[in-house]
Amino acid sequence: MQTDPLLQMRHIVKIFPGVLALNGVDFTLRRGEIHALMGENGAGKSTLIKVLTGVYPSDGGEIKVDGQVISIKSPQDAQMHGISTVYQEITLCPNLTVAENMFIGREDSVWINRKDYEKRADEILSNLGIPARSTQELGNCSLAVQQMVAIARAVDMRCKVLILDEPTSSLDDKEVNMLFDLMRDLKSKGVGIIFVTHFLEQVYEVSDRITVLRNGELVGEYTVEELPQVELVSKMIGKELGELSSMNEPQDSEAEKKEVFYEAENLSSSDALPFDFKIRKGEVNGFTGLLGSGRSESVRAIFGADKVTGGKVKINGKNVTITKPIEAMRNGIGYLAEDRKRDGIIADLSVRENIILALQVMNGILRPISRSEAESYADEYIKMLNIKTASRETPVGSLSGGNQQKVILARWLLTHPEYLILDEPTRGIDVGTKLEIQKLVLKLAEDGVSVTFISSEIEEMLRTCSRLVVMRDRHIVGELKGSDLNQTKVMQTIAGGESKDEEQI
Amino acid sequence: MKTKKFREPLTNTQLLMTITICIFFAMYILSMIFLGGGFLRPQQIFDMLNDNASLIIVSLGLTIVMIGGGIDISVGAVTSLVVMSCVLYLNKGGSVIGSALLAIGIGLAFGIVQGLLISYLDIQPFIVTLAGMFFARGFTTILSIDPQKVAHAGFEALRGTKLKISWLGYTANNGNVVPGTIELGVFIALLCFVFVFILLKFLKLGRAFYALGGNQTSALMLGINVKRTRFLSYLICGMLSGISGFVFMMHTGAGNATNAAGMEMNAIASSIIGGTLLTGGVGDVVGTFFGTLTLTTIKKIVVASGLNDPWWQSITTGGMLCFFILLQSIVLNQRSKKKTGKSEKNK
Amino acid sequence: MKSKFKKIFAGGLGQLTIPLIAIALLVIFNLIRDPSFFSITFSHNNDGNTIIEGNLISIINGASELAILAMGMTLVTAACRGQDISVGAAAAIAGSVFVKVLKAFSVINPGTVIFAFICSCIVAMLFGCFNGVLVAVFKIQPMIATLILYTCGRSIAYWINGGATPNVKSHILSGIGSFIPGIPIPTPVLIVILMAVIFMLVFRFTSLELLTQSVGINESAAKLNGINSTFIKLLSFIILGVCVCVAGMIGVCRLGLINHETLLIDVEMDTILAVAIGGNNLGGGKFKISGSIIGAYVIQMLTTTLYAMKVSSTDVKAYKAIVIVLLVVIGSPVVKREFDKVVRNMKAKKKSVSKGAAES
Repeated sequence: MQTDPLLQMRHIVKIFPGVLALNGVDFTLRRGEIHALMGENGAGKSTLIKVLTGVYPSDGGEIKVDGQVISIKSPQDAQMHGISTVYQEITLCPNLTVAENMFIGREDSVWINRKDYEKRADEILSNLGIPARSTQELGNCSLAVQQMVAIARAVDMRCKVLILDEPTSSLDDKEVNMLFDLMRDLKSKGVGIIFVTHFLEQVYEVSDRITVLRNGELVGEYTVEELPQVELVSKMIGKELGELSSMNEPQDSEAEKKEVFYEAENLSSSDALPFDFKIRKGEVNGFTGLLGSGRSESVRAIFGADKVTGGKVKINGKNVTITKPIEAMRNGIGYLAEDRKRDGIIADLSVRENIILALQVMNGILRPISRSEAESYADEYIKMLNIKTASRETPVGSLSGGNQQKVILARWLLTHPEYLILDEPTRGIDVGTKLEIQKLVLKLAEDGVSVTFISSEIEEMLRTCSRLVVMRDRHIVGELKGSDLNQTKVMQTIAGGESKDEEQI
Repeated sequence: MKTKKFREPLTNTQLLMTITICIFFAMYILSMIFLGGGFLRPQQIFDMLNDNASLIIVSLGLTIVMIGGGIDISVGAVTSLVVMSCVLYLNKGGSVIGSALLAIGIGLAFGIVQGLLISYLDIQPFIVTLAGMFFARGFTTILSIDPQKVAHAGFEALRGTKLKISWLGYTANNGNVVPGTIELGVFIALLCFVFVFILLKFLKLGRAFYALGGNQTSALMLGINVKRTRFLSYLICGMLSGISGFVFMMHTGAGNATNAAGMEMNAIASSIIGGTLLTGGVGDVVGTFFGTLTLTTIKKIVVASGLNDPWWQSITTGGMLCFFILLQSIVLNQRSKKKTGKSEKNK
Repeated sequence: MKSKFKKIFAGGLGQLTIPLIAIALLVIFNLIRDPSFFSITFSHNNDGNTIIEGNLISIINGASELAILAMGMTLVTAACRGQDISVGAAAAIAGSVFVKVLKAFSVINPGTVIFAFICSCIVAMLFGCFNGVLVAVFKIQPMIATLILYTCGRSIAYWINGGATPNVKSHILSGIGSFIPGIPIPTPVLIVILMAVIFMLVFRFTSLELLTQSVGINESAAKLNGINSTFIKLLSFIILGVCVCVAGMIGVCRLGLINHETLLIDVEMDTILAVAIGGNNLGGGKFKISGSIIGAYVIQMLTTTLYAMKVSSTDVKAYKAIVIVLLVVIGSPVVKREFDKVVRNMKAKKKSVSKGAAES
C-alpha cells in the first residue's frame, strides 16, 4: 500500500464575521485509512469539512488530492475530485426506492432503466454487504441502512475520500457494527475515510489515526495506539484552566444541609431512559458527558419538553406531575434550551417581546403585561445582563449569539424561577459573555435558586458546579462531588475505561 | 442470481391509492346491487368518462404539480379561457388543427409564466396561480361575456366522431337500442394518462418530481436541478390545462364564461382522494384517475338515490373529502409513529 | 433631520410601505385621470336621510366585508402559516342562519336581530372550530383542511335556505346594510371601525398578539415556553369565524336577501390577497392587522378605479391579476436580494468615491 497522502490540507484558514473559525489547520488523509476527526462543539470540525466539501470557501491555505492542488468551490466540485460526504441527516429521498436513490441525478439518459438500476444496485449492495433490496422504498429501511445506501451511492461514484459526519448518532449497536464492517471493507479497497463522531469507543474501534482540533486550531495528529482515551478527552477539552478556576469554593457540606427542591425517581421520556435525580435549594449541579450521552434529553424530561413516559416527581416534598412545559414553569422551573435558534429565540420579535414571553405565558392570555411594564422589565434586564442591543425594539434575530442568549436568560430570570436549567448557555458565544453567565449562575445560587448547568467545556462546569452527574451512552455513570471535582476524575468517568463495572446503575 | 423474489410492503403512495380503488369498486358494486338502474349499464361508466374527460386531464397535471410539492389553482380558469378562445377562433374561420395548437399554446404560456415566477423568483405558488386564475377568468369575459356556440363544420364533424359499441348498449324504454357511446375526448384523456403515467414511472424527470416533493434539500444534494424540475412541473400542468380546454370544447361545443367553474378544486379533490398529498412526494396518476371516478360516482349515487335537492351533491362530496383527508392524516401519522417506535426499541 | 426621516420611513412604516405606496399610486393615477373621482357630495336618500356620496365613500363602504374578513384571516395566517379558503362559503352559511332565525319570528325588532346574529355567530364559530381542529389537531395544511368547507359550504347554505333565496325586509336590516337615519356615514364602515377597535382592545387587554406571533414564527420555541400552540391555532380560526359571521350579516343586510351563490363570491381569494398586500407574510409570523385593512382598501380602490374606467365587473379580475403579479414580483425574495445587492454596490461605490475624494 502506498504511503503518500491521498488528501492534504495545509494551513486552512476560515474567517466568519468576528470569529476565526479555522486558524491554519493542517489535515492529512492517507489511502486506505480511517481517520477520526475529533473536537468538541466549536472546535472547527464541521467548518473544516464544509471547506473540504465546498460548502464554505476557504480564506486561506491549500488542498491537495493525490499531490495535485485543487480548488473546491461547490459540492459538485468536491464530488468531481472524488470527495463524497454522508451527513448525519440522511440526504436521500425517503419516497424513492433504494435503487433510484443510488442513481438519480447521476445519469444522463432521459429514461429510467429500472431493471438495469436494480441489477446494478443489487450488485453494489451485495458487494458491500448492505442488507437492503434495491426495490425497497428507502423510507422503509432502518436509519442504518439508509446511511449505508448513501455510502453505497458515494462509493459507486468512485469516491477516493469519504467523509462520514456523525454517521452513528442514530444507530443502535448492531447497526453500528454493520456500518463498521462496511467501513473496514472500503478501507481495504483503498478509500480514505474521515470519521467524525462524538462516541469515543467507536473511534478506538475502527480508526487508525486521530486528529484533534480545539478552538479552530490543530492540537495534533496521533495514531490510535499513542493516544489513550483519557488523553484524547483532555486534548479535546483542553487543560488550561481560566483565571477563575477557584471561583467555586467547596461548600458541599453547607449545601448538603439545605432542603431538596426537586426530586425525580425513575423519570423517563420518549427520548430519555429512566433516571433518578435530585437537586437542593441553592445548589448548582451539572450534567456532563459528551454530546449524545443523554444529558440534554434528561433535563428536557425534567422540564416536560418531550413526552414524559413515566416516573415520580416531587417538588418541595410534594408530588407533582410535570408533562408539559407550562406545568414545569408553574412549579418554578425554567429551561434554557440547547439549540438557541430552534428552541430559544423568536427571531422576528423584539428584544422586549422575547424577554417578557415566558412571564406572559405564565400570566395567561387574559392578563397581558402592559407596554410600559414590559418596557421597564426589558430595560431592567438589558441593563442588568448588559445586553448589547440598539434598542429594546430591535428584532432579537439581529443580535449576536451571546446577546441572544442573554435575552433568553433574561426571559427566564424574569419568571423568578426557583430552579433554572441551563443547557449549553455558553455555546458559541464570546469569552467575556461566558464569564458573565458563569458569574450569574453563582449569584443565582447564592440567592437560593437551584441551577442545573450543562456545558461541553468541563472547566466551565468545574468552576460553577458543586456536583456533577456524568452520563455516557444515555445512562448516568457516575456522580462526582467535593474532592472528586477535578479534570482527571471527570475525564476518566466520561471516558469510562478501568472502572466500568461498578458504574452500572 | 436471485433466489427469492421479495414482495415489497406497500409504499405510502400505493397504500393510499389502494384504499381509494377499493372504496371506488365497493361503492360502484354496492350501487349496482342496491340502486340498479343506470349503474347496471356500461353506458354509466362511459358517461362518467365522457363528462369528465377534461377534469381527468386537469387532475393529471395537478397531480404532477402536487407530487412536486406545489399547487396550481389556475387550471380551471385556463380551461375556460382555452374553450372561449378556441370557439371564437373557429367561428372566425380558423382550422381545427389551428385551434388545437392555440389550446396547447395558451396552456403552455400560462405554465411557462407561472413556472418562471414560482421557480426562479421564489414566489408562493398559491399567490402566483391565484393571479393566473384571476387573469384567465377575467380575460375569458373580456373575450366574450355571452355564451358562444361553435359553428364550424370541420369541428362539428370531429365532435360528432364517437365510438359506438352496440353490444355494450342497452334498450331504452321506447324499444330503441342505444349503443354504448364513447366520445373522442375520452381517448385524448387516455393518451394524456398514458403520457403522464410513463413520465412519472419511467422518465428521469418524473422521478425527479418525486424527489423534489419528498425532500427538496436531498433532491439538490442528489444532483437534481431543483429549479428546472419545478418549472417543468408547472409547464406540463399548464399544457395539460390547454388540452383539457380543447376536450371540454369537444364535449360542450360552446364557450361560456362560467365554463369549468370550480374545476380547480374538483381536480385538487380528485388528486387528494386518489392519494396525492399536498405536502408532496406522494401520489400516483392511477390513484388520481380513480379519485376522479370516485368523485363522480358519489354524485351519481346521490342523484340515483333520490336525493334530488341540488345541495346534496356538494355536501356529500365535502363529506367524502373530509373522510379521505382525515384518513390520510391518520394513516400517515400511524405509519410514522410505528417507524419511530421501532427505532426507539432498537436503541 | 434627513436621517430621522429615513428612520421613520424604514422602521415606522415597515411592512405598511408597500400597501401605502399602492394607495398613493392609485390616488395619483386617479387624480391625473379624472380629478372629480374624489368629489364627495351630500345628498338625500329615499328615506330623506342626509348621506354622503362619492367614489371614495363607495370604496370605503364596499371594502367593509373584505376588511373584516382580512382582520380574521391575518390571525389565522400568522398562527397557522396558511390560509382559510372557506370564508366565503362560511359567510354564506352564517348569512343563511341569520335569515332563517329572523324568519322564524313574526316581527323583526332589535332583540330578534341580535338573537339571530348570536345564533349565526355560534354556527360560524363552530365551522371555524371544525377547520381549526383539522389544522391544529390533525396537522392538516390549512388550505386542504378548508377545502372541505369550500366545496360544500355554499350547498349547506342552500340547504338551510330550503332551496330558495329568501328575503327579509326591515328598516333595521337596511339600517345595518346602508344608512342609519341621522348618520350620514354608511353603517358597514362604522362596523369596520367597531371591529378594528375590538381587535385593538383584544390586543391591548390580552396577550394574544404576542402568543400568536410566537407560535407562527417559531412553534418549537413557543411550545418550550409553555404556549399551547394547538389552542392558539384553534382560537385564530374561531376568531375568524366571528369575522365571517359579521361579514355575512353585512352582505345579507345590503341586499335584504340571502343568495348562497352570490353572497361574498370569490371573497376568499381577495381576502388572502388583502393580507398579502398588507405586507404580512403568508408563511406566518409577525403580522399587522392594520396592513391587512389597508390591503382590503387597496383592492377595493383598484376595483373601483377600474369600474370608473368603464371596465366591466367581470373583466376586472384580469387587471387585478396583473397588479397582483407586479406586487408579488416586487416583494419576491429574489428581487429583494438583487435589489439589496444593487443598493449595497451603490453605497460601496459612494463610500469609495467619498473616500477617494477625502484622500485626494
